[in-house]
Amino acid sequence: MNIFIFGLVNSVILALMASGFALVYGVSRLANFAHGALYILTGFSTWLFLNRLGINYIGSIFLSIIIVSIIGGAIYRFLLIRVKGMPASEIIASLAIGIAIMEIFRWRGFISEAYMLPPFVAGSVNIAGVVIDWQRLIIIVIGLAMMLSLWLFTHYTKVGLSLRAIAQDKHASMMSGIEPDRTAVIALAMGSALAGIAAVVILPLGNITVETGYMVLIDAIAVCIIGGLGSWAGVLAGAFLLGFSRILTAAFIGPHWQMVVVLLFIILTLILKPSGLLGRQKELEERV
Amino acid sequence: MDEKIRRRERLDRGIKVRTEGIYAISSWRGIAYTSLPTVAFVLGLLIIPLAVTSMAWQKIIIIACVFAFLALSFDFLAHFVGIVCLGGAFFTGVGGYISGLLNSAFGLPLVITIPIATIGGAVICTLFLLPCLPMRGIYFAIVSLMYPLLFARVIQALDIFGGTDGLPGLATFPNTWVELYLILPMILILTFGLRRLVNEDFGIVLRAIKDNDQAVRASNINITWYKMKAVFLGSAIGCFAGAYLTHLYGWVGLSLFALDFSIFPIAATVVGGVGTLVGPVIGALILTMFSEMLREFGPLRVVFYSLILAGLVILNTGGLVPYLQRKYHQFEHWIEI
Amino acid sequence: MNKDVILQVKGVSKSFGGVKAIHHVSFDLFKGEILGIIGPNGSGKTTLVNLITGFVKADSGLVFAEGKKLIGLPPYKIAGLGIVRTFQIPRPYHSLSIMKNLVVPLYSSRIMRTIGGKLGDRDTVALDILEEIGFERDAHVPYKHASTFPEGYLKRLELARCLALRPHVIIMDELFSGLSVSEITAIIPIVEKLQMNGMTIIMVEHRVRELFQIAHRVMVMNFGEKIAEDVPDAIIKSEIVKQAYLGVT
Repeated sequence: MNIFIFGLVNSVILALMASGFALVYGVSRLANFAHGALYILTGFSTWLFLNRLGINYIGSIFLSIIIVSIIGGAIYRFLLIRVKGMPASEIIASLAIGIAIMEIFRWRGFISEAYMLPPFVAGSVNIAGVVIDWQRLIIIVIGLAMMLSLWLFTHYTKVGLSLRAIAQDKHASMMSGIEPDRTAVIALAMGSALAGIAAVVILPLGNITVETGYMVLIDAIAVCIIGGLGSWAGVLAGAFLLGFSRILTAAFIGPHWQMVVVLLFIILTLILKPSGLLGRQKELEERV
Repeated sequence: MDEKIRRRERLDRGIKVRTEGIYAISSWRGIAYTSLPTVAFVLGLLIIPLAVTSMAWQKIIIIACVFAFLALSFDFLAHFVGIVCLGGAFFTGVGGYISGLLNSAFGLPLVITIPIATIGGAVICTLFLLPCLPMRGIYFAIVSLMYPLLFARVIQALDIFGGTDGLPGLATFPNTWVELYLILPMILILTFGLRRLVNEDFGIVLRAIKDNDQAVRASNINITWYKMKAVFLGSAIGCFAGAYLTHLYGWVGLSLFALDFSIFPIAATVVGGVGTLVGPVIGALILTMFSEMLREFGPLRVVFYSLILAGLVILNTGGLVPYLQRKYHQFEHWIEI
Repeated sequence: MNKDVILQVKGVSKSFGGVKAIHHVSFDLFKGEILGIIGPNGSGKTTLVNLITGFVKADSGLVFAEGKKLIGLPPYKIAGLGIVRTFQIPRPYHSLSIMKNLVVPLYSSRIMRTIGGKLGDRDTVALDILEEIGFERDAHVPYKHASTFPEGYLKRLELARCLALRPHVIIMDELFSGLSVSEITAIIPIVEKLQMNGMTIIMVEHRVRELFQIAHRVMVMNFGEKIAEDVPDAIIKSEIVKQAYLGVT
């Protein structure tokens, strides 16, 4: 039972982290390697608002998420737009920007243990014999709520539908009057917001470090590769597969083997089903 | 229309036209003109260590050379085969650890560990990257980026191969001159060798794969096999760099998988000129010097490279070597039309 | 003309998502003939070519070439068996010169096998093929980069690429598209000469009039199905074909 609950928590955490990356890739085929940077950017800015500017917690969170979305959209609008269409340059540029952001924090000394965000609700509760803290429960609730709202958003709102349209067929959507650039800016802003939401919900579990930024990037990409780039169900599938395998590995083999498991899964996916569990991308170049 | 528009026009220099093809040897000036860039490059590289006296700067040149290797590997794969490899650190890590382990566990001397690490490391890296080869380029980029990060964490978590502390006390080179004059000629050989290779038929097929892989498939060529050979070559270069580093410091550790080794070569290539093979070498030298001058800023250095890299990639500039080539071969003037 | 069957297509089908691109198409290709394949846009002609040459995996059905099963083989292996194709939109190697473009297929395992290492200077062989296909042999043309050539030349380059592999069967995907009438008139003799020297050719075409000048038999497709297969004269008169192209009369 322990395993089930913590596996669930882990999976939802991974899904939250990956959803921002998956959204941006799904819509504009842009692998946003600044994802991890945006994650910790939100964390640090919330901390700064809370502790240096004395704004209340909820306010700090909102402000940070809004700021991070704006930054994300701006990154596309002013920087990445100039390299769109050249996947190598896109990856290098977004990676460089991400690293620059993360290393600025490292330079400014944000590396000690003192940077923590308080949990939303302190303390823990006992559910079916398992002691679990409120924060983790909140994560599950918010995580699942996010997934649901994303699904509803992309299926029922005009903006959401245009995102899906561009993802499916760029040229046809352009003919219907959907501008790919504007949509990409929106996608990147939303992706950053998702990263931010994930950050503020998950970071209270531990402390904010620059290393976390890199880890989040790795985890998000791992989930997307394993679950399949290009479908929400894939993100969930990948997140749950990875989340539960890690918990099971930690419980039965040893916590140190978790990374090995991640590596193994990635390699297995690439060999057996390169487009991911539920991926809809064609793995080979089909340009005939 | 009475308005005159001024426009820049670029023309080949007279001496370039006069020295086209066999006419290069028609005069002493012609010979000097055509051979100057190559001679300057070769002599420059070989003489630098003699011109610089302090130990510290010599070490810097050595580090620059190591990065030059990685930059060559990146440029070769990216521009001539179409494979964007974001995992230079993967090669240095694997090469470094193999040579370090062989030395520490079996006591093999570095003249044996380095070659084994180069070839063996290349085999391992190619095997791990093999599943990505038939797929879209972006998978290769992503996976190659992830591998060093993952491997480092695996080593750390399982505490194998020295874990977080690494393996100290390994064999080192006899003296600085050996270090320098081992690596400098190798860079020259590699640069000119790769330049030769891409014009030989094997290289032609690789370039064809980059241009239009469907057509190559339709020509009865197994693309995956050729890409594999290219990745083998690229990773061998990187593994050599890693093995060399291990024996330079006499120590191997997680830092060999650092993101630095992945990003720096890309920055060096972009600064020096993508596709020129000479550009990345020069770019590596320049960036290393820069980074030395910024030494006291610590992590800010990485911020600088990343910003420079981002800026150059976004602005899509040509790079230093193409700029110099233009200036050397052509002149510009304003004309009115 | 020999009545040997060199290629057999049996009941191949392929769907992309919900769209049935090819539905149970079967035909035989006889050795030494020129078979035309025509049909309105979207009838599945190019998909059929992709299926036969391995660029797309068939959902069901079989393709045999001289007894060997082609379904499931990757494209480069099918080319290795001597069944080559041109691309509708030419795919030259832009950064290489025309001559080097041809050196690439000369490195295929098929050539290595049949000639061994004694091909001699590959550059010379490339130049010979280029001359056969109609490129001028003067000093500069073969050395210019492929990106500087107009469409007519690039189409010929596609053919040259196929010829370099010494194939038995060439499948030409819309060779005439994008060419002017005079360019077509210039390229038809090359195709005829190939056939007279024993090559078997499939020509997928839109330019029906020009195709009927040289095809021995013609197959018509519509909505992924084969609706007719006969000599050109009969096809012209066929009601079914008229309906497919022009709609219900």
